[in-house]
Amino acid sequence: MSEFKMPSLGADMESAVLMEWLVKEGDPIQKGQIIAEVETSKGVIEIEVFEDGVVEKLLVEPETECTVGTPLALIRSEGSAKKEPSAKTVSTPEVKVSAPKTEAKPVQIQKKEPAPEVRIKASPAARRKAQELGVDLNTLAPEVGTIQLKDLDTLTQDLDKGPSIDGMRQAIAKAMSRSNAEIPHYYLSVSINMTPALAWLGELNSKRSIKERILPAALLIRAVVLALAEVPELNGFWQNDNHLISKAINPGIAIALRKGGLITPALLDAQEMNLDTTMQSLDDLITRTRANKLRGSEITQQSVTITNLGDLGVERVYGVIYPPQVAIVGLGRIIDAPWAEGDALTVRKVMQATLSGDHRATDGRIGALFLDKLNQLLQRPQELL
Amino acid sequence: MNEHISYREAVKESIKKSMQDDERVFMMGEDVGRYGGCFAVSMGLQEVFGPERIIDTPLSESAFTGAGIGAALNGMRPIVEIMTANFSLLALDQIMNNAATLLHMSGGQFNVPLVIRMATGGGKQLAAQHSHSFEGWFAHIPGLKILTPATVQDAYDMVTLALADPNPVLIFENPLLYNTKGPLNTSTSPLPIGKALVHRSGKDLSILSYGINLSKALEAAEALETEGIDAEVIDLRSLRPLDDEAIIQSIKKTHRVIIVDEGWKSGSISAEIMARINEQAFFDLDAPMQRVCTTEVPLPYAKHLEDAAIPQPEKIIEMARKLMEEI
Amino acid sequence: MTKDQIRQSIIKEIIQVAPDIEEGEIISDENIQRSLEIDSFDFLKILTALYTQLGVEVPETDYAKVDTLEHMAAYFLQRIEDLN
Repeated sequence: MSEFKMPSLGADMESAVLMEWLVKEGDPIQKGQIIAEVETSKGVIEIEVFEDGVVEKLLVEPETECTVGTPLALIRSEGSAKKEPSAKTVSTPEVKVSAPKTEAKPVQIQKKEPAPEVRIKASPAARRKAQELGVDLNTLAPEVGTIQLKDLDTLTQDLDKGPSIDGMRQAIAKAMSRSNAEIPHYYLSVSINMTPALAWLGELNSKRSIKERILPAALLIRAVVLALAEVPELNGFWQNDNHLISKAINPGIAIALRKGGLITPALLDAQEMNLDTTMQSLDDLITRTRANKLRGSEITQQSVTITNLGDLGVERVYGVIYPPQVAIVGLGRIIDAPWAEGDALTVRKVMQATLSGDHRATDGRIGALFLDKLNQLLQRPQELL
Repeated sequence: MNEHISYREAVKESIKKSMQDDERVFMMGEDVGRYGGCFAVSMGLQEVFGPERIIDTPLSESAFTGAGIGAALNGMRPIVEIMTANFSLLALDQIMNNAATLLHMSGGQFNVPLVIRMATGGGKQLAAQHSHSFEGWFAHIPGLKILTPATVQDAYDMVTLALADPNPVLIFENPLLYNTKGPLNTSTSPLPIGKALVHRSGKDLSILSYGINLSKALEAAEALETEGIDAEVIDLRSLRPLDDEAIIQSIKKTHRVIIVDEGWKSGSISAEIMARINEQAFFDLDAPMQRVCTTEVPLPYAKHLEDAAIPQPEKIIEMARKLMEEI
Repeated sequence: MTKDQIRQSIIKEIIQVAPDIEEGEIISDENIQRSLEIDSFDFLKILTALYTQLGVEVPETDYAKVDTLEHMAAYFLQRIEDLN
């Protein structure tokens, strides 16, 4: 049983008024779900719960003023490793400001239940080399028990000589075979009306110089990143029978090389970017990929993969997950297609977005939630800025 | 002199030369004179140098070791031969509490330039009381130097080096080496005490050895080569002081190590070396350190049991294969 | 600037972005992106470089007018003349 306490929503906040409960006793709740509205000097703010579980008891009546830290509800948790509620789960808030913002963007501080600590086994020499390469051992997932120097060898090859086609093919083949063998995939898709987003983008670009032009790919990646921020379960790894959620969102972007071959380097810390910096970083990443100037961390730190085969003309792509990731997002070519709006039949720019998920880590519900968020975000493109 | 002679001959020639060059040098021990030495090392020397310089002592290790210490304190350069390291136990107090400590206890006034030579090791079916390998044990004591010549060259050089040292030096000779032959070059200056020697360069793992274990290690390395494992083999040469630098340099290159030590593993020189590698090269290790030591039993008399107890090339090979596997 | 000089500039920028392409492969009347396998990022790079060089910005709404080497050269020529 854990207590859901009044979070601190600002440095100077001492108390707030619990205005309304959005759940009732007995309701199942999910991590990230908004369960109440509170009123502070800054306005009405929706507060989220940090764990999955069931609302056991609501401790505070609506329209009650409570100081920060006051227990508001009891949550009965189901399943694994729930620690005692500690002060630190409350002091930094996970808050989504729903009021229209002027200066602040939606702040999402990743504060999840501490996952069971999984120590990656690696030899001292391998640990040191990984550090030198800037590689997080968690992303290596070796097939044997302990990571040794030779397991890092393939990475230094990539850095020194750039991926050779044969080497790449082999690596891809190996990863894909393993993926197919080990990962139970589930597949979901959604058709997204891209007309508003593309119109908005066209409008935006027309007011900017060519140097600040944003391409649809950047917009899509931005939307995926924001959707992942809301459904973080898809952004992480399956390692030693454990689901590890990555704090950083490092989407691996599938980039075709001119000589043939496909590589998916990571756009590191995409969660820190806005639309402009996403475009700039993406441009830089593609340029360096083609020039063979990728960093070790970019080759190893992907927390999820986005494959956008739109340029090649496929309408829908169900990707194969790259282990140890737990998801891959596919974005198809945007085509003119019939679209129903109310009773009328019209034509819109439509894109098929797909999600392949690792069923050990998440289920269709999570995947569907993600695709829904993605769709919603692309219907409100101004929020992607 | 540049020739191919036996280990035994090399020791004898070195003692002979030292005695010829320096009249302070003399030899004392059980059966070293008339009998020519239990292992025939000093055969013929009494005829050359006389009974006052090649002295037959009574069966009293404590007494004659003490006498040697006294002689050294008084300006002589004695070579005390304790027949085997097994009997050194009877002279332990003299060695540890006098030879090793008088320099310190006299505030630096008195050096004890004593050389003690002892036969060491098992493998000759001499059973529990007569098969000890104590060189690692003695290496625990500050004030002593411990040498373990493995080659004919070192059999010669280490006597010279020991006599030149103003402080006590213990030389451990494995009798199974006495008949082995090898090259000897007396024109080059000897490799100093405290310097290990790489006998075989390799990149996959380092095998550290001393004394009789060197030849076992080299034999194992040759066999491993046919399996595609490239082993580096190092002769430690002295167990006190240890050549930390050479050991660490090797580990940095290969990232894996096996130590071959005929002592029992508990509290042994192999344990000490592992501790030093941990202290100085932890982050260079790609796999746990390993060692091949004598099984923790008093050494058996029966040949097949004794052979099974002490380090053998097969055991080193087996250990190396395991070390190279994925962990 | 002559149309030929403009063509040369365009070819130069194409090769800059895709060094494996040889000048002979660039056919005047073929769609640049499709025939040379140049994606939207590279295409934007080319246009941005040409903007820096020639001072002409191609809005997204005019992309259809610069689909081939021939059309692109003509477009730039016209825009440059318009500027002067």
